[in-house]
Amino acid sequence: MPPEATDRRLSGAEMVIKALIDQGVDTIFGYPGGAVLPIYDALFQQNSIRHILVRHEQGAVHAAEGYARSTGKPGVVLVTSGPGATNAVTGLVDALMDSVPIVCLTGQVPTHLIGSDAFQEADTVGITRAGTKHNYLVKDVNKLSETIHEAFFVATNGRPGPVVVDLPKDIQIEKGDYLGSPQTRHRSYQPQVKGDLAAITEAVELIASAKRPIFYTGGGIINSGPGASQLLREFVRMTGYPITSTLMGLGCYPASDKQWLGMLGMHGTYEANLAMHDCDVMINIGARFDDRITGRLDAFSPGSKKIHVDIDRSSINKNVHVDVGIVGDAGHVIEDMIKVWKSKVHKPDAKALEAWWAQIDEWRGADCLAYQNSDEVIMPQYALQRLNALTRDKKPFITTEVGQHQMWAAQFIEFDDPNHWMTSGGLGTMGYGMPAAIGVQLAHPDALVIDVAGEASILMNIQEFSTAVQHELPIKIFILNNEYMGMVRQWQDITYDGRYSHSYSDSLPDFVKLAEAMHGVGLRAEKPGEVDDVINEMMSIDRPVIVDCQVAKLENCFPMVPSGAAHNEILLSAEQAGLERQDDLSLV
Amino acid sequence: MHRDEPIEKHTIAVLVDNEAGVLARVIGLFSGRGYNIESLTVAEVNHTEGLSRITIVTSGTPAVIEQIKAQLERLVPVHKVGDLTTEGPSVEREMALVKVASTGDHRVESLRLADAFRARVIDTTTGSFTFEITGDSAKIDAFVDLMKPLGLVDVSRTGVVAIKRGPEAM
Repeated sequence: MPPEATDRRLSGAEMVIKALIDQGVDTIFGYPGGAVLPIYDALFQQNSIRHILVRHEQGAVHAAEGYARSTGKPGVVLVTSGPGATNAVTGLVDALMDSVPIVCLTGQVPTHLIGSDAFQEADTVGITRAGTKHNYLVKDVNKLSETIHEAFFVATNGRPGPVVVDLPKDIQIEKGDYLGSPQTRHRSYQPQVKGDLAAITEAVELIASAKRPIFYTGGGIINSGPGASQLLREFVRMTGYPITSTLMGLGCYPASDKQWLGMLGMHGTYEANLAMHDCDVMINIGARFDDRITGRLDAFSPGSKKIHVDIDRSSINKNVHVDVGIVGDAGHVIEDMIKVWKSKVHKPDAKALEAWWAQIDEWRGADCLAYQNSDEVIMPQYALQRLNALTRDKKPFITTEVGQHQMWAAQFIEFDDPNHWMTSGGLGTMGYGMPAAIGVQLAHPDALVIDVAGEASILMNIQEFSTAVQHELPIKIFILNNEYMGMVRQWQDITYDGRYSHSYSDSLPDFVKLAEAMHGVGLRAEKPGEVDDVINEMMSIDRPVIVDCQVAKLENCFPMVPSGAAHNEILLSAEQAGLERQDDLSLV
Repeated sequence: MHRDEPIEKHTIAVLVDNEAGVLARVIGLFSGRGYNIESLTVAEVNHTEGLSRITIVTSGTPAVIEQIKAQLERLVPVHKVGDLTTEGPSVEREMALVKVASTGDHRVESLRLADAFRARVIDTTTGSFTFEITGDSAKIDAFVDLMKPLGLVDVSRTGVVAIKRGPEAM
């Protein structure tokens, strides 16, 4: 072979780095190990890509999710074989459920050892097959770079999701030809982004003729990009119709707008849920009729005609039969809907709409998020109201863990922009919020990034606080500490006569000292009068902070559509749920 | 979703990239989402383009069948999904190898029935016949049932393969 040709060949590890640079990747999240040492060595010899060393591979994937969801760009993860890959699985499934574009590179034992139960060998493509959008095992170095480019295409096109590329160690060392580019596509996977115009026209006719319409929007709008949120705002204002959103879609429409009804679903607002139940035309854009949204299926919005826009054809008619299904990207379809609406000079039925808004205003009058405040004890809702009020002008990025605090955050924090809210919706992964905040902060170094947490969830990935300290990421962990796995306890209250089986957070660490021991800053609020000061102090510190906000221990989250109930069976309060109000101030 | 809808049987053809793990993806989809597989066949059908064809016989309510097709379509290596049960007329065939061990009258009777079914003898010993039979699944079921009292010892079936009638490809 002539020397020039030899020079052009790269090792597999060098190809990995080159492919990532060509894809425009600036940050990757990872943890080294035996089977990825060649890639780590190549990483050491370059300055284009910043590597964020996490403390556990699950944290790497959640951090990549936070990065991806706050930027719209794919998140990239690099982990070793065996336990490195298996630790990443929860994050991958989380990204699959919430449609987050992730490319996860996993090391693998050398090809000649595959199948021999070698040290740190796991069947990564087997294990992750059902937990990813797609996965690859690269067995030929000449296919490596093209496979990585294809992985980026698959992760980011159509309904986004996680893609694993498993890289045996010998392939990383071997030399080969670098092929493919960011323009590489997949030969058969070509998702449809433009919706069928006939279906869109039919949908717009239905929308225009509605008497009690509602927009039901979801994460598909966020995933479509900020342009889709803008188009949605334009269309919703053009019609004058009410709009609600799922947990995943918060921020696609401004919470400050008068047409906004708040979130719907199990802990959604009274007005949003009743409007969904009683509407005559439902316009679902980028949401998937999840069971936490629909409640009992046979009682779900019984009298409505339903329109469903989704980029994933399998989401249409999966849980709920719809009258008009449109396969396409939310942004493209809304754009076409606006064009059709304008060209046909549609005017909404003003009289019907007025009556519908009067009905909605009556429901709003129930003031469903009201709670009994206290001078003695910090109510969790109060803490979040103050957090919202004091941080809102900074347009903070909010991440959460999973549980009561997550639902209260969704209820009380107001989002005006997309990509500012990262929460684990589909999988409901406790331990998501702190690593996600790390990913967000890396992408937005000057922004205020707050993880609204519970004391139980935060302990699931508490080790990542060290990651934040190491990389000087001034994330704020705002723990609503009620000493219970609050949502578990709430269900035990409602369904199991208050038998609190293992839902008490016993032997908790002192979170202030814990923060200090990990070289961060710890703050504590114990009385309502201290909340504002602590929030202000938290914001003033340019380092990672943990706030231990000690809240009422037995408060439950309402409204609540109990599991298996209909929207109009929504419970507004503990009293209505048949619970005695136990949050006796003396108990705290 | 529609619990009182009738259960239908559908034959679905799936054209896929012939790559490692593609069959596991398809089977995993069925097991993971609780769909039935009554029969499944797979083989490469286009070597130059590296395409395999999977034929699946499945059953479910119309809504479930719709979901199965949509879920299959969304797998990355899937090129095309066809429902041979609904997309116009099609022909279905299955092949079976049926071993019958018997002597005397039973041996003669098995040979006579095989002839009536147009099954061929492809292996014989003094105490056994192995028949090759091709037809739709019901025909093979009937033949196997008839062989039971005549010394049936072993059956190997391919599962259903199917193709659209007329000049067009799937």
